[in-house]
Order: sequence, then structure tokens, then C-alpha cells
Amino acid sequence: MSRAPTSLRPEPTEPRRRPAHDTWTAALTRWVEGLVPRGQWLPERQPVYVASWIYVFGVACLASLVVIIVSGLVLSLGGVAWWHVSTLGHFVNSVHLWSVELFFATMVIHLWGKFFMASWRGDRGLTWATGALAFFGSLGTAFTGYLIQTNFDAQWISTQAKDGLNAAGIGAWFNVMDLGQMMLWHVSLLPLVVGAIVVVHIVLVRRRGVAPPIGATEPSPPGAAAAARAAPTESPATLATRTGVEP
Amino acid sequence: MITQLLAASQPVPAGPVVQWGWLTITVANLLVILLMVVVFVLALLLPFPAPREDEDR
Repeated sequence: MSRAPTSLRPEPTEPRRRPAHDTWTAALTRWVEGLVPRGQWLPERQPVYVASWIYVFGVACLASLVVIIVSGLVLSLGGVAWWHVSTLGHFVNSVHLWSVELFFATMVIHLWGKFFMASWRGDRGLTWATGALAFFGSLGTAFTGYLIQTNFDAQWISTQAKDGLNAAGIGAWFNVMDLGQMMLWHVSLLPLVVGAIVVVHIVLVRRRGVAPPIGATEPSPPGAAAAARAAPTESPATLATRTGVEP
Repeated sequence: MITQLLAASQPVPAGPVVQWGWLTITVANLLVILLMVVVFVLALLLPFPAPREDEDR
């Protein structure tokens, strides 16, 4: 780095600040803001084809996930046997179970809708892939949830599953008969993984925009091409959101 | 508490199943899948409520 001659440098009156671009926190901030520009994190307007019930199931799935996490946090405070001996615990456990049922039902309908819409079109392959990963991660999380019910159902499932997992050679590391290990997988490791995948999935949806139905024209607002050249980090979706597409 | 723990330890019957060749599925699971298909079809067919007419639109 070249430095100015000492004689030309001003007298320091206060400690010099490092330039913003020189810190990893500033770089991280720029990276996060580049993912979805500030002010465009949530959609204000959407293309006209989003006014359909089939576009509701993704966010319904997300809402179910929020209820799952909140009820699961409460359940974890009471312990694995709490719901057997407390009416409140039984209620919270039921909320947890039924929100999971809704989560999977809405996720699968979301998946059907996106599959028949070929939603990986328009450079949305990674959005589709992260959705699939979230689905498989959720299967594992639900499986470990069934294992920690501390009832005969959990015992039956774990004793059946152990044979398959042992045959696959992973029983020593993923021991479904170990309640403590399954508890950790269910309340800590897998939710973190699923949560991270879901965040990436949503960021990608915001960047690429929701997939249009087959045959529909994706909104291309006036001046979009010029705006895209000027601000290459903006996605077609954010441009459509900013410019607005009237139904 | 003992009564509740004893009740929790009772096995829950699996319920009726239907069988087509190699496929065996509980009636409860079959109903859930059929309900999901119905909801999927309705989501494609039912009209979405029109947006409210805001004064600034």
C-alpha cells in the first residue's frame, strides 16, 4: 500500500478510524445486504399470478415452523416426561404435534405445486434444491421427535429403526436407542440445520422471485434492464416489487 | 401421577389398515393423503379473494 509523504499528512487530532472496507464486519454487512438489499426484505407487491391459493402453502409451511419451534422450546423446558404428567404439558405437546402435521401437509402441497410448475426454471435451481434439502432434513427431525416421546410408540419405532440403521453401518454414531443422543439431535442439531436451510431457501426466493406459472410472463417493469445494469444485485423479484405490478 | 404414567404406558392400537397387493397403509394415513390431494385441487380451482381497494392504488 502506498503512503503519502509524511510532510503532507495532516496532524492527527483523534485516533484514525480504519476504513470501513478494511474490516471483516463491514465485509459481512455488505455481503448480507447484497443478498437481499435493505428495504426489500419483505415483499410489498407481488406479480399478479401470486394471487392464487397455490402460492399460500409456502408461507403456511413457514408459519407452522414458527409454531413448531415455539412449542418445542416450551416442551424442552419441561423435559421429555412432562407431557405425560401435566395437562399443560399435554396441551403443548399436542400443539407441537399438530403444527408438525400442518407443517408437513403444507410443505408437501407446496412441493406438489412447485413440481408441477417446474419451479426450478429461471435460474431457481438452488431454490428448488434447498427446498428439497429442507424437506429431507425435516424428515430426520420428525423421526427423532417420534423417538423421544418416551412411550411404547417411541420404543417400537426405535427398536425397528435400529436394525435398518445398523445394517447401513451408522448405528454406532446415530444410535436410535439412546434417548439422550436422540434428544440432542431433535432439539439442537437438526433444528439448526433445518433452520439454516430454510433461511437460505427464503433468501433465494426473495432474490430470484417466486416462480411464475408455466406460460405466464414474468413481470419485466419498464426500465428493468437499465436498472439491473445499474444495480446488478437486485433480482427481478425485487425490481417487480419496487416498481409494482398491478393485478 | 401414577395413574397418568400407567395410562401413558398402555399400547395404542394401530387402527384399521387397507391393503392393495404389496401396499399396506392405515386408514388414518390414507385419509390424510386424500385430504391433502383435495386441498391441492381446491387450491388450484378456488378463486383467490380480490385485494382490497386502497385509496392510494
